[in-house]
Amino acid sequence: MKLIIAIIQPHMLENVKKELYSRDVNLLSVNEVIGHGRQKGVTEMYRGHRETGNMLRKIRLEIAVNDNFVKPTVEAIITGARTGELGDGKIFILPLEECIRIRTGETGRVAIG
Amino acid sequence: MKKLLLVVIALFCMGSLLFAEETVNTINSGDTAWVLISAALVMLMTPGLAFFYGGMVKKKNILSILMQCFTILAIVSVQWVLFGYSLSFGKGNGFIGFFEWAGLKNIGLGSGPYSDTIPHLIFIMFQAMFAIITPALIIGTFVERMKFPFFILFTILWATLIYDPICHWVWAKDGWLAAKGALDFAGGTVVHINAGISALVMALLIGKRKNTTLGPTPHNLAFTLLGTALLWFGWFGFNAGSALAANGLAANAFMVTNTAASAAALSWIIVEWIFAGKPTTLGMATGAVAGLVAITPASGFVDIFGSILIGLIVSPVCYFMITIVKSMFKYDDALDVFGVHGIGGIVGALLTGVFANPSINGIGKGVLFGNLNQLWIQFLSIIAVIAYSAIGTFIIFKVLNVFVKARVDEKEEALGLDLSEHNERAYTLIE
Repeated sequence: MKLIIAIIQPHMLENVKKELYSRDVNLLSVNEVIGHGRQKGVTEMYRGHRETGNMLRKIRLEIAVNDNFVKPTVEAIITGARTGELGDGKIFILPLEECIRIRTGETGRVAIG
Repeated sequence: MKKLLLVVIALFCMGSLLFAEETVNTINSGDTAWVLISAALVMLMTPGLAFFYGGMVKKKNILSILMQCFTILAIVSVQWVLFGYSLSFGKGNGFIGFFEWAGLKNIGLGSGPYSDTIPHLIFIMFQAMFAIITPALIIGTFVERMKFPFFILFTILWATLIYDPICHWVWAKDGWLAAKGALDFAGGTVVHINAGISALVMALLIGKRKNTTLGPTPHNLAFTLLGTALLWFGWFGFNAGSALAANGLAANAFMVTNTAASAAALSWIIVEWIFAGKPTTLGMATGAVAGLVAITPASGFVDIFGSILIGLIVSPVCYFMITIVKSMFKYDDALDVFGVHGIGGIVGALLTGVFANPSINGIGKGVLFGNLNQLWIQFLSIIAVIAYSAIGTFIIFKVLNVFVKARVDEKEEALGLDLSEHNERAYTLIE
């Protein structure tokens, strides 16, 4: 089992969702986050006082999958979120020790899907 | 027992009828209606100011701004009828009024000495709204870091010891600046320079906010624009209501108010576009308010030409103060009360002495109409208000700070005043 975390551009979320659904990945959670990569965020200016290094809005996806779903999920995110410009985001894949469905108490493979 | 009560009530009614008959003759219903509405318009400016300021602070501090504005509304309303009005407008010496009208005794329902055509009571309420918004303007300088108990005591003392005397100097029958012929139609010196200078002193005394630049750190500029709209709307009561009549002078004040606000909004946009790269909503709103401030003393004296120039001139001056001078001297006047109200008020008071057109109002003749001396009188009134306001505010702060803590500690500041001072949050993370 793996936990896939992806940081993507907010306006690419709908695209990524479509790609995930088409590969039968239907369970995800979505967070609004702020941050910046190498492009160092945006500049804001209030009454002439410059504020640099301000954060950009991003979307953070968390998807827990069984091992055979790792590849399709990563493909879906890349296909859906790539524009080729700076700031498209990143995908992190972490090992997942356990997964428990609260309603039934099931664990492991069955609990994820 | 019942009979006795009826007799008493009948006598009471007769008494007030007799009283009303004596005085009702000079009251004009059109004037009265306009000043009643104007008082309500000016009242709305204080909550409007709360949103103007509230949008410019971090989201953990917006309730403290709203709370301070509404608390001032409550405190000064009571202070005003108890003794504030009498100190400001009552008979006294050139410096301050005495207590003849304390608790509004000897007022009645008829007209008063400041206008024959409206009831004295509505003049009192109209002026109450000015006494309320002036200390409310000051809070913009010490946002995000003042203890609430200190704020309450400061407000009571400042309203009584600073606002009431200066109001008396400029607007009372026996005020010394009024006697000198200083022109201030609706409060350029009394309200804006006064609040702006006090704000600068407070900024220096309370010190900088932690972990931030010297500019505002807005969390919701839509609130700020909403507040600007309410201020602009209320300002028609502030300026056109100051005619104390529904007449041509009021109409002129209304027109120059709107024109100057618009010209100043435009000139701010232009200056910002040139020097900062992009026109901003906050800049446009700030320009509009600066224009409204600058036209305030002039609104009963200048014509359309004067109002456009006042609007065009004030924004670049305020912009320069806020961006260059503030950065140079590094005082944390967080929401630019000094930069907009103090400087805008000074620009407006001086330009009133330049553009006052005697065909608009016979008592005001500016430099452009051959009266050089008016500029000197305006200058004198500005210096007098600056000196008194600065020294008075300094003393009030220092004395109060011996007994009560002025500033929240670092932990409270990081937590935000909404939680540290009021145990509330404006926006919940979890419903």
